[in-house]
Amino acid sequence: SGSMEPAFHRGDLLFLTNRIEDPIRVGEIVVFRIEGREIPIVHRVLKIHEKQNGDIKFLTKGDNNAVDDRGLYKRGQHWLEKKDVVGRARGFVPYIGIVTILMNDYPKFKYAVLFFLGLFVLVHRE
Amino acid sequence: LRKNLEDFTGPRERSDLGFVTFDITADILNGKSGLQAIFDWNVKQLFLYLSAEYSTKNNALNQVVLWDKVMLRGDNPKLFLKDMKSKYFFFDDGNGLKGNRNVTLTLSWNVVPNAGILPLVTGSGHVSVPFPDTYETTKSY
Repeated sequence: SGSMEPAFHRGDLLFLTNRIEDPIRVGEIVVFRIEGREIPIVHRVLKIHEKQNGDIKFLTKGDNNAVDDRGLYKRGQHWLEKKDVVGRARGFVPYIGIVTILMNDYPKFKYAVLFFLGLFVLVHRE
Repeated sequence: LRKNLEDFTGPRERSDLGFVTFDITADILNGKSGLQAIFDWNVKQLFLYLSAEYSTKNNALNQVVLWDKVMLRGDNPKLFLKDMKSKYFFFDDGNGLKGNRNVTLTLSWNVVPNAGILPLVTGSGHVSVPFPDTYETTKSY
């Protein structure tokens, strides 16, 4: 949806990591699921409260939204937790939506695209 | 300046609510960290945010974004903001702002490229904001 514009738009492809040991900090873009809902949401972390033992509760907000995500969470739910996180956005390629459709229909095309994207990320890291 | 109110944006418990006003002077093109050309050919925008970080009895680490801004390529890269109020309510999870001398404000930004990696960068300056030991009961803000 348009809630993270102008950074991301519909059809952009995000690269995610999901390392449990990565700490959740404000400013990061996380992909999370709300219990009972299938569609994951990609928003930015606005607030965190972390205990000594690593238990963390945090709040998110779409860059382009006027208010934080509390209205989206489950009824009575005020915070997200580590278990709700599906991944962390580390990079992206714009407008790739059409390519994912092609990749589904033509597997050989999918392998070629993954190969070249892998190269792109490696080169960019320098 | 600090009050103790029900956090009406979320859990209905009495928590500390902090009020901070701040100035931001930043020159993104010639940043202190020496990055001459942050807005290079592959940078679409910067997502800037001012966050407060502190520790309390309840929580070892708290981070609260007080203000944020999208700076597009082509926008004026100099920030000269004075007497800004925070964009978001600065509620603590509990009463940990009272007398807290160690609240640190830092300016950071997420570099959003046209395509590629999304790094988070923290600015090299930071400011300490000590909160008073008493609650403010007047309606001023």
